Amino acid sequence: MNDGSTTHQPLLSVRDLTKTFSVRHAGKTKTLRALDGVSLELHRGETLGLVGESGCGKSTLARTLLMLERPDSGSISFGGVDPHALSGKDLLDFRRRVQMVFQDPFASLNARMSAGAIISEPWRTHRSLYPSSRDRAARVRELLHLVGLRPSDAEKYPQEFSGGQRQRLGIARALALNPDLIVCDEPVSALDLSVQAQVLNLLNDLQQELGVAYLFISHDLSVVRHVADRVAVMYLGRVVEGGATEPTFDEPLHPYTSALMSAAPSLDRAGKREQIILEGEIPSPINPPSGCRFRTRCWRATEECATVTPPLVHDDAAPGHTAECFHPLQPAAAAAS
Amino acid sequence: MTATSLDLDGATRPRGDVALDVENLSVDIRTPFGTVRAVDSVSFTARRGETVALLGESGCGKSLTATSIVGLVDPVVDIADGAIRLDGEDLIGMSPKRRRAAAGPELAIVFQDALTALNPVYTVGTQLAEPFRIHRGLSRKEARAEAIRLMERVGIPEPESRVDSYPHQFSGGMRQRLLIAIAVALSPAVLLADEPTTALDVTVQAQIMKLLRDLREERDMAVVLITHDLALVAEQADRVVVMYAGNVVESGPVDAVFSTPKHPYTKGLLESVPVAAERGADLKSIGGAPPELSAIPSACVYQDRCPLVRDICRTDRPPLREVAEDHAAACHFSEEVSR
Repeated sequence: MNDGSTTHQPLLSVRDLTKTFSVRHAGKTKTLRALDGVSLELHRGETLGLVGESGCGKSTLARTLLMLERPDSGSISFGGVDPHALSGKDLLDFRRRVQMVFQDPFASLNARMSAGAIISEPWRTHRSLYPSSRDRAARVRELLHLVGLRPSDAEKYPQEFSGGQRQRLGIARALALNPDLIVCDEPVSALDLSVQAQVLNLLNDLQQELGVAYLFISHDLSVVRHVADRVAVMYLGRVVEGGATEPTFDEPLHPYTSALMSAAPSLDRAGKREQIILEGEIPSPINPPSGCRFRTRCWRATEECATVTPPLVHDDAAPGHTAECFHPLQPAAAAAS
Repeated sequence: MTATSLDLDGATRPRGDVALDVENLSVDIRTPFGTVRAVDSVSFTARRGETVALLGESGCGKSLTATSIVGLVDPVVDIADGAIRLDGEDLIGMSPKRRRAAAGPELAIVFQDALTALNPVYTVGTQLAEPFRIHRGLSRKEARAEAIRLMERVGIPEPESRVDSYPHQFSGGMRQRLLIAIAVALSPAVLLADEPTTALDVTVQAQIMKLLRDLREERDMAVVLITHDLALVAEQADRVVVMYAGNVVESGPVDAVFSTPKHPYTKGLLESVPVAAERGADLKSIGGAPPELSAIPSACVYQDRCPLVRDICRTDRPPLREVAEDHAAACHFSEEVSR
């Protein structure tokens, strides 16, 4: 999915990742395919936006990358090593390098710990990072300053902060271990618009200052468009389209991306467009459609789409912009060999 | 399976009669620490066939305004002042019995969370039939037939076989359709929709908003859309009422308010929305946070966050005054607010 111009090794490289869960459905045990052959790459200092509707596998992918789930098959390479093969000290070091910012700033902070304790808690596991208590105290102040809070806020408890301030605290905690990658799972969707802008600006500034990479999961396409360098669009456990943000969102190849863009309300285009309204809802991942997973809601689907998984097509105008579709929206798109 | 296209250019529709007229509505909440005014002299009207949006961030009083209008407020909430006229008749001070007869069929609300708004122990058919049983006096059989017709109208597949299902057997989007079906069952004059699509995915949101729009046309309803989403307002509403800290700070046609906002808060909100043209650039944001309800300033409510603040803003509350035709703002310096 990247444009091939990279001479460096990607920070994160995921190949054909599959994860299934056993669920009881209507009295029988069935297999839910949450991830069904997901591949993506993420480079240092870059933001990859992950978009898709509920149930598409975004969160399972994030949990798998954080090693909260073990994939059934496929490979993850983080800085050249598979984290699932690590143990002991190496594993501890990997965990330091990948951190997470959660959606709900009210549920993700322990109400019985002060802000300072919340930020410094990761160092109780990663002891070598800031061994002396003086270093730790200094670093807490520095982190609070970095996310736009006051050093004196270290004494306060989460409930004394507003939603936006709590999210800043969550970001400071994620930064405490100097990670290479932060997985942001809907980091601003619980915040009011004016506060959302403050937090997005903060994430942007931190990336420029620290060079941290973000995997940015969101359902809000205007937010993703604002922050992401590249995007991956997921539907029922597969990445159906990916590429640099602008070509992918402005000239989508996959009908689903086009419908998603069209369905999302936007200030820019209000009243000036034809809206595509899809029929139906996302099918159950317990019993996904054969062939192309989107075909049951697609207005371009033909019999062919029901047979096999569609081929990867490339956007000639934008290298690295690809989609899985038999009937891509741009005729120029050529099928992969 | 097909996708339908439609033209969203609906701003120039002729307007009908005023169906809902809210005048100087003030609502108090009694708390252990004293009474706070959560809605302060809010006025707006909604005409048949048009959508009016109540826009604001959490805690601005938009939902409380809606629940006060339909009379579904918590016992600690008092309607302190004002009038709520439904087709010319004031609902405040009406006896409960008269209110039920007047507002029951004519005033309906759709809530955000369809799973908690539907009763889990009754079939959807029973719940859909209820308005017909109560207000139209239909028999069980007739009401059930109406329920099935209604399910079909709101786009629920195979209504005959699903009418005896329970709410949990439907998906989120289908539940929201059911809730809308109940609300429009008796073709009310006014439909309030309180964040009707916030819990839904965007492709489903688009379906639900189209359904609401079609039903509004078909039944000539006034729709009051309560939301925090500016883009949704831009696409769906004819007029917008912007609320902040319990007060209306600006109101007018959506086009006028969004293209030439006359209140600094509206302007700040519009600038906080990420737009395609400025990817990667810093977003403008509004500093600080809205005031606590117990500490709303007696002068201008927005003074603590306003870039234009001057002495008069700290002493006198600006009235909501007309700045252009049908466009009003509550700011001492509204002529200085330009984009």
